[in-house]
Amino acid sequence: MSLLEIKNLRARVDGNEILKGVNLTLNAGEVHSIMGPNGSGKSTLAQVLARRETYEITGGEVLLNGKDLLAMKPEEAACEGLFLAFQYPVEIPGVSNAYFLRSALNAIRKYRGQEEMDAMDFLPKLREKMKLLEMDEKFLNRSVNESFSGGEKKRNEILQMEILEPSLAILDETDSGLDIDALKIVAKGVNSMRSPERAMLVVTHYQRLLDYIVPDKVHVLVDGRIVRSGGPELALQLEDQGYATIESAAGAA
Amino acid sequence: MATATQALQHYLEGFTSLEKSAPSHQHPWLRKLREDGFARFGETGFPTVRDEDWRFTNLSAIAQTPFRLVREVRNLPSQSDIAPYHVAGAACQLVFVDGRFAPELSSFGRLPDRVTITNLAAEIERRPAVVEQHLGRYLNIQRDAFSALNTAFIEDGAYVHIPKSVVLEGPIHLLFISLAHGAPTVSHPRNLIVAEENSQATIVEDYVSIGTGEKALCNTVTELVAGDHSVISHYMIEREHGQAFNVSTLRIQQGRAADVSSHSVLIGGALVRNNVHPVLAGEGSECLINGLFIGTGRQHLDNYMLVEHASPHCGSRQFYNGILDGHAHGVFHGRIIVHKDAQKTDAKQTNRNLLLSDTAQIDTKPQLEIYADDVKCTHGATIGQIEENALFYLRSRGIDETSARRLLLTAFAGECFDRMKEGPARKHVENLVREDLRRIAYSSRPEERVA
Repeated sequence: MSLLEIKNLRARVDGNEILKGVNLTLNAGEVHSIMGPNGSGKSTLAQVLARRETYEITGGEVLLNGKDLLAMKPEEAACEGLFLAFQYPVEIPGVSNAYFLRSALNAIRKYRGQEEMDAMDFLPKLREKMKLLEMDEKFLNRSVNESFSGGEKKRNEILQMEILEPSLAILDETDSGLDIDALKIVAKGVNSMRSPERAMLVVTHYQRLLDYIVPDKVHVLVDGRIVRSGGPELALQLEDQGYATIESAAGAA
Repeated sequence: MATATQALQHYLEGFTSLEKSAPSHQHPWLRKLREDGFARFGETGFPTVRDEDWRFTNLSAIAQTPFRLVREVRNLPSQSDIAPYHVAGAACQLVFVDGRFAPELSSFGRLPDRVTITNLAAEIERRPAVVEQHLGRYLNIQRDAFSALNTAFIEDGAYVHIPKSVVLEGPIHLLFISLAHGAPTVSHPRNLIVAEENSQATIVEDYVSIGTGEKALCNTVTELVAGDHSVISHYMIEREHGQAFNVSTLRIQQGRAADVSSHSVLIGGALVRNNVHPVLAGEGSECLINGLFIGTGRQHLDNYMLVEHASPHCGSRQFYNGILDGHAHGVFHGRIIVHKDAQKTDAKQTNRNLLLSDTAQIDTKPQLEIYADDVKCTHGATIGQIEENALFYLRSRGIDETSARRLLLTAFAGECFDRMKEGPARKHVENLVREDLRRIAYSSRPEERVA
């Protein structure tokens, strides 16, 4: 059984159809990349999978570990093992990072029939992972993403991923706004999460990230459909030639 | 002028019977206070929406109800009845039932020497000259009909006197209980707090109901005199049941460098009006007004504040946070008067509101009257909903919708908690509000809404 099966997924928002029949299969242990020009639907795909209710599903089906993902609420999808690293993580004043993460972890543990973790056990684990991501401990008591730089926000996404241990991690343009040093730290964190039980979907516009997070497969999303799939060399070809050739080929098809 | 639609006759009956049962003739000053109060109320009756200060609050439910004084309480609550209302860590607890002191339910810890915490009626008998110095000297009965009415019916309430330089550690808990009597009843608690130079204390006024099913009006006035360099925290918590009417007035008089924080937490009641009126009479005094109001159903929560800068170099910060759901209606009227000689005034006012339903409503009105020319005065208001992006972010991490809403509502209320000094009073308020928000987070979800 594949970890993720997307069959003919169609979705629209504000009356505009963005996803026009996406097909994709992802097996445990694999890292796939989704690339595409702006407006192709990359972020929409990520948000639809994470069950954002502003997007209306107009067709198709998605199975996560054999279960109907589209029937799930966002919190159910998360408890079933889906994690989305946001492109633009939101700030939540008044809710501390530590409290938020522990609440999330315990919600998921509870769903899985595991014991909740108390602060005594949780904080050392959290601190250890923060150290690896070169995040200052003072972030613990700060509000979620409040006054974080772009790079700090992205690292906070990876920190959450490391704590929540999803089976399917979707990274939505995790590289955007990062300098090369921050990028390396983030990539290190992502790569440390690779495992035979886990799959990742790396959504990116630029090829650069894929030098550090090398995918098994690359898919190109154009105008709401995957029009080309290939190995990592496809990403290098795109970097060379840009999206124009693929777009016109897709348009002609 | 009093209008024919107001049922005022029974107030005259009440006034007459009060004079019989708690005569003030041995204290001419008290008699005069009551008579002036009653005369003034007779002139104006209850305010209507044509009064600028009551523009958003329709008082016909109060004006047309024949509220009567409670003559005697037959079934006093028991110690176990009031146990749920304790404040852990309080220095003492004074309990008032329908506006009258209930010594059998009250408890006094070990208080420092010369601190007087007792009921007003007792102190009027014991030291009338001392009480006369302050009682009624600050409240403006011309300005407000409820103040006049309360003054007409002065009978009992709390009397607190903190001598020079005394620091009282735990909060003074004043618990006001309304009972159900099978007919609409009214009480007029009158509190007087005098804090001398350099003293420090925390006072918590807590309004609760025992028994339901009947309208009750609590019309309370507190005069708080904060001496030079004193540091006083005052809390007003309104958590009566859904048929209660509560009008409260806190009139504060601040001396030089006096630091007063007034925290109001309105979570109960059908129609609630809270007036906070500090006068910064001494140079360099500071006032923090920190209000939180949470309304659901058809609650009407009206927050009125009037800060008077009467002296130079004084600062005031006013923050009101409102959460409104269902068909609740919140009002914020923030008045600041900067008198001619109050140079170097620094006043800041912010009202933030969260509307959880399409039918919730907030009226927010700043009103700045500035007569000095070297001042800093700012005001701002926001009206919003629970941030959709924040809600989704929390849910995408596995937190269910109700818990996510509760987290966000608590964070919003948390802005108010953060302005309260750490201690038993703050803890008490946090616990009450968290419990209230737990309920609201569940019932305010979109699918719970009835069209």
